[in-house]
This record gives sequence, structure tokens and C-alpha cells, in this order.
Amino acid sequence: MTSIIERPEAEAPATPKKGGGITGAAANYLDERTSISAVVKEFGRKIFPDHWSFMLGEVALYSFVVIILSGTFLTFFFQASMVETHYEGAFVPLKGVEMSAAMDSALHISFDVRGGLLVRQIHHWAALLFIASIGLHMLRVFFTGAFRKPRELNWMIGFVLFVLAMAEGFTGYSLPDDLLSGNGLRIIDGLIKGMPVIGTWTSFLLFGGEFPGTSIVGRLYTLHILLLPAILVAFLALHLVFVVVHKHTQFAGPGRTEKNVIGYPILPVYAAKAGGFFFLVFGVIALMASFFTINPIWNYGPYDPSPVSAGTQPDWYIGFADGALRLIPPGLEFVWLNHTWSFNIIIPVIALVLLLLFVFIYPFVEGWVTGDKREHHILDRPRNAPTRTAIGAAGVTFYAALWAAASSDLMATHFQLSIEGVIHVVQAWAVLGPFIAYFITKRVCIGLMKKDREIVLHGYESGRIVRLPGGEYIEVHEQLDDYERWKLVDYESFEPIMLRPNSRGKITPTMRLRSAMSNWFFEDRIAPASRTELEAAHGHGHADAVTSGTPARGQLEDPTGGNTHH
Amino acid sequence: MARRSRKANRRHPLATVLLIAIGLVVTGGGYAAFSSTTAATAETDTSSQQVIDEGEKLFASNCATCHGMSLQGTDDGPSLIGVGAASVDFQVGTGRMPLAMQGPQAMQKPVQFTDEQTAAMAAYVASISPGPAVPDESLLQADGDAANGGELFRINCAMCHNVAGAGGALTEGKYAPELTGVLASHIYEAMLTGPQNMPVFNDDNLTPEDKRDIITYLKYVENNPSPGGFELGNLGPVAEGLFAWIFGLGAIIGLMVWLTAKSN
Repeated sequence: MTSIIERPEAEAPATPKKGGGITGAAANYLDERTSISAVVKEFGRKIFPDHWSFMLGEVALYSFVVIILSGTFLTFFFQASMVETHYEGAFVPLKGVEMSAAMDSALHISFDVRGGLLVRQIHHWAALLFIASIGLHMLRVFFTGAFRKPRELNWMIGFVLFVLAMAEGFTGYSLPDDLLSGNGLRIIDGLIKGMPVIGTWTSFLLFGGEFPGTSIVGRLYTLHILLLPAILVAFLALHLVFVVVHKHTQFAGPGRTEKNVIGYPILPVYAAKAGGFFFLVFGVIALMASFFTINPIWNYGPYDPSPVSAGTQPDWYIGFADGALRLIPPGLEFVWLNHTWSFNIIIPVIALVLLLLFVFIYPFVEGWVTGDKREHHILDRPRNAPTRTAIGAAGVTFYAALWAAASSDLMATHFQLSIEGVIHVVQAWAVLGPFIAYFITKRVCIGLMKKDREIVLHGYESGRIVRLPGGEYIEVHEQLDDYERWKLVDYESFEPIMLRPNSRGKITPTMRLRSAMSNWFFEDRIAPASRTELEAAHGHGHADAVTSGTPARGQLEDPTGGNTHH
Repeated sequence: MARRSRKANRRHPLATVLLIAIGLVVTGGGYAAFSSTTAATAETDTSSQQVIDEGEKLFASNCATCHGMSLQGTDDGPSLIGVGAASVDFQVGTGRMPLAMQGPQAMQKPVQFTDEQTAAMAAYVASISPGPAVPDESLLQADGDAANGGELFRINCAMCHNVAGAGGALTEGKYAPELTGVLASHIYEAMLTGPQNMPVFNDDNLTPEDKRDIITYLKYVENNPSPGGFELGNLGPVAEGLFAWIFGLGAIIGLMVWLTAKSN
């Protein structure tokens, strides 16, 4: 890490030294006993680059803080017990209805605890935002290549956080023991029971007997408020430590290299900004919670295994799993060796695990294909890594298909379609969509790179037509300034690996695979405009040596000798 | 001479006008009295032959094409023998009948007949063969036990109509409609007659009091807005997820762009 030098553009403000009154005295007292000033100095001068998309992780962090604050309040009143009781609270349509103590206390929080419903809704909306912002943060990191060395491990930690967040969400969703959460648990129970051989045993172990039993809420509660948050906080801390150790990535720009970070220091800029941003995020969540109902358990009623409501869906982050179950065609279940083999469950589960696994290890896949062992602190623009961007687009399309399938019934009723038709369309989308998205995205990226190259070499059309003294007409091309041009040429172009025998004179299958993968990644590429090309395009007395102008424009430009349209 | 002759005249000059006015009042008033008597009869006595005849005419011109001249049904529509007045009141009273076109199921559309005409057709259909009658007003007041109704609703109805009565999808383009804004009488008749794809909940299955409780629950949900704020269509986690992504995260990204724009 010694190779990275932080050079702030802005002069860091001088911290007040002596004579600061009581604040100064207190600070001095602390410093003399803890030597904390070294830490403050180090962290205060830490530089972060400025780009809106770099704040997505912050949103996740802040919504997590909101979740912890509101969740703590809820634990004061929630009873994680499935003891049977009769509701006697304020909500009339449930008066006298038999339910578990968990549901009873969740209703008590909603109707009888002062501010309880608001806090419940804050907790739930914040949870939805938490996972949504993690998802967007991961997409940002993926599409800009921020997962490359040295950040592969942090990508994996982040992925673990994503999975933990989903687990937190699901265990929380299941706690109130209302009809919706019970239906969700029943689906999970089905997934577990669908596992060959061990499924039924696992289900009985988890639920303490036949579903639903009387212990699952207590167990989920322990997971939800103790185990999962503890692991989550530990990984979150590790994630942030790595952000500090690696320093933040930045987009290409003049003066920005792999060895520096250009931006603003934490003190005072980001301390103020981030602190303010926390309250903005909290504010947005509080507004949502104040005005919009979420998870109206009083409508759903207590859980009872017999009723299943129409429109039963999981929260959005589990939707892709629900959708996978809806998309799998029927007829995949059979009895063999006296066991039921539910491939209608096993296949979706395997597909989901493979999808997540691929996300988990992607940094290593790409690192192996490129053979690139260097550190990267300058981000890629998505278009400049067409194959990666196309893979990402394919993954997003596949995920979106599964996600959409989870609301197939709502699409059917709201657009007056048949639910079978919706399912068949989404099935086709899940299978063909990723390929279509891959090819379109790759072509769009390459097209954009060509456009960038064209702009770098020839400038952009200004629309200003000038008549020369000789009578000919030219269109004036505006040239980019050096700062703008830098952003368009500062990227790397990889070339496919040549298949060469190794030191023992052999070509192994692994080498063949790697070469094939490398070809797949980098066969279609647009190299950035080189210095020579730039000089050729802009130098005096040279004709436009570069391709890709239409003939008509070529005719306009060529007679000018290549220099009049500067 | 002129004065005398006028005095001797037995009739006042305005007598003709008065006579015409009296005549008009008597005939018009008589007509009005007569027609209001018929209207009153239509409401109270659905079995009066006059009403049944009126219903028969309406049936012949609006329904018989598909259901047959003697309710026997055709290839295009089912037999109506034994469906009862309740069924007619539901199907015609919610605008589902007459059908605009064949499809997965009859769509709700603007009602085409007045209440009297609907009642006349119901009386006609009921007169051919007995069937479930239009429910008594006392069961439609939404004054029963909402808690019992809610429990019955979750067990019997929610799998198609959704726990909050927001509706849901069935197979092959059929669907269970939304239950908000539906008249209590139509809810009752639907349970009683099982229109379209809905099963019949007869009085042995759900007693009239149970049906009243279910109506009470639905009307409670409809008339008491959610304590949590806007309901987002009562569609559950899908609507909530879309809202969180589009408006929640959308607003936050807007703030992020604003925050980073200010520094430059």
C-alpha cells in the first residue's frame, strides 16, 4: 500500500490548536491519554473522490443504522413466542381471534404502543431500501470494474453482506406470524423438504417437528436479532476497513493515476456531507413510513396453515427465488428408490445457487481470463469493458425475469392477461433474454467506444457551416479540450491471449480454455486512440489518416487539408 | 244592451280555460297516481303477473339470444332454470350481463338496466322455476361480527380475492375481482349463487349470519382507511418493493446527485 500517495487537491483546513476554550481543553485531555490525535489526523486527511454513485454503499450503511435503531425499539415490545392467545387489542376485526403471542404483540406494537406502527414501518421500509441499495452498489462496483485487484476479497465480503441482508430480511418478514409470513415460511419449508434424502430431516430439525410447530418464531428471532446482525456487523466492519486500506477508486481524469486519489478530505468535507446525508436518508425513510403502509399484518390476520391468500409474495429481495419456483415447468417430480425426487424444486434451487456463486467468484474468473495481476484504482467506464458489461447485462436480465415472475399473477390481473401466458413469456425471457441482452449490450458498448474514438480524433460536429474564400463549404468540428479528451482515451485495451506451448512444450486443456475465454472477452475491441493517431488527426499538414468517416463527410473534410476544422 | 247580454251570459269568459285546466289536472293526476301504484307494486310484489310479463319481454329481447326463449340455454350461454332471482340481480345489477363478448369471464361494465327492469327480469326468471331469492335487507346492513367475518373470509375467500379483497388471478385469464366498492347485496348474491368461476357458498356452508359477518368485515376494511397510511392498492410486497425502488431509492439517488453536484 505504500505505493499509493494521497494528494488532496484542496488544502486541508488547519485544525484549531491551543486556546480553544473548554473544547480545546477536553480534546487535549483526551489526546494526552489516548493519543487519538494521530488517528484523527490520519482519518481527517483521508481523501475520497466525488461521484454520486460512490454514495450507494453509504445509503446501505445508513439504512442499516436506521434498521438497528428502529429494530431495538421493536424488541422492547415484541414477544417471540408461539403460545396461543386471543387478541384483545384495539383493532376491531381481530377482536377475540385466536393467534400466537408473536402476532398479538406485533398487533400491540401497531395499534397500542405509542409510535409503534411508525417505527415498525420505518424498520420495514429501511430494510427494503437497505437491500435495494446494496444491490445497486454491487451493480456499480461490477460495471465499473471496481472489484479488480486488490479488491476481490472486499467484493466477496460485500457479497456475503448481501446474502446476510437477505437472510435478515427474510427472518424479519417471518417474525410477526401473520398469514403472509406463514405462507412464506411454508414455501421455504417446501424448498427444504424438496432436497433429496436430507430434506424432511432438515425441515423437522428447523421447525422442531412438523411444520409449523411451535418453535420456529423463537428460533428465527434469535437469528434475526442476535446471530445474523452480529455476523453482519463484523463483515460490515471488515468491508469498511478494506475500503480504508485500499483507498477509494476513482474515475479516469486528468491528474488521476493508479497511485493517487483526488478528491476531498473527510474533515471537514465528507464528515459534514456524510453526516448530513445520513439524516437525508433517515428523512426519506421516515417520510415513506409516515405516509405509506407496509406489511399491514392486521389485514393478513394470524397464520393458519389452511388459508393462502391470492397475491402472496415475498418481499422484493426474495422475489427472484419465488419467481424461479413459478417458472419451472411442471412434471419434473418422480419416485425413485422409494424417495420422491422433486426436480421442480431442485432445479430452481441449483440455478439460484449457481447464479449467486457466479456473482461471488466473478472477480477471479475475470482475473484469470485477463491474466492481469496489476492493481487497479482507476475505474472502467462500462462501455470500455464491453464483454464484462454484456455479462452483467445478461445477469441483470436473468435476475429481472425471475423477479418479474414472482409478480406474474399481478401482471395477469392488472393487464388482463392469462397467467399461463405471462408465465410462458417470462420463461422465454429467462432463457433467451440474457443472450439477447448480452449481444445488444456488447454491440452498444462497442458502438459507444467507436463514437468516443471518433470524437477524440475528429471532434464533434458543431453544426456551423463555413464558406471558404475559394467557395467551398466545410462544417466546423469542435475539438475537445485536453481534460475532456483524457477521459475518453485513458483506458486499457486487452488483447486475446495467444495459445503458446508452456515451458514443457505442451498445451494443456486449461490453457486452451483460458485462451478461448480470452478470445471471447477481447476479440471485439476498440483500442483507445494512440498518441500517434491523435497527432496524425490533429497535426498540421496531415490528412485524416483515421477511418470511420462517412464518404460524404470525408469529402467535406479532406479538401481543407485536415487543419481547418480544428 | 251589451252589458245586459254579458250579464245574461251564463258562462264566465275564463270558464273554458278553467275547464281545460281541471281536465288536465284530473287526467294527469290520475295517470300519475296510476303509474306510481304500478311502480310500488313492482317493488313490493315481484310475483305480480304484470311485472313478470314485463320481465319476460325484457328477457326475450336482451337475454334469450344466448340463454334461449324458455331459459333452456344454448351453445352460447348456460341454462337459467333454477338460478333464481339472486343470480339475475347479481349478473345484471353489476353490469356483467348482458355479455359484451365471449371471453374468459364476464367483465364488469356500466349497468344497462334500471333497478325496476332488473327486478322484472329477476321476477320472470324466478317465476319459471324456483331458485335463491334476493337477500333480505336485514342481512346487508354490515352490522355483524367483523372478527368472525374476517376469519371466514381468510379461510373461504382470500385464496382468490386476496386477504384485503384486492382481487387475484385465476387460470386461463380468469380472475377474482376486487371487492371494494361492491354493494352488500351483490356480495351476498355472489356467495349464494357462485357466479362465473366462484364456488357456491350455500346456507349450509355459510349461514346467512356468516355471510352478513363477511360483508361486515369487507365493509370495515373498505370504510376504515389503513392506519399505516396510503395502502398502495393493498397488493402486498410487490407494490411495496416497487415503491421502495422507484420512489424511495429514486428520491435518495436524486439527493445523492444533488449532494455531489453542489461541491463542484
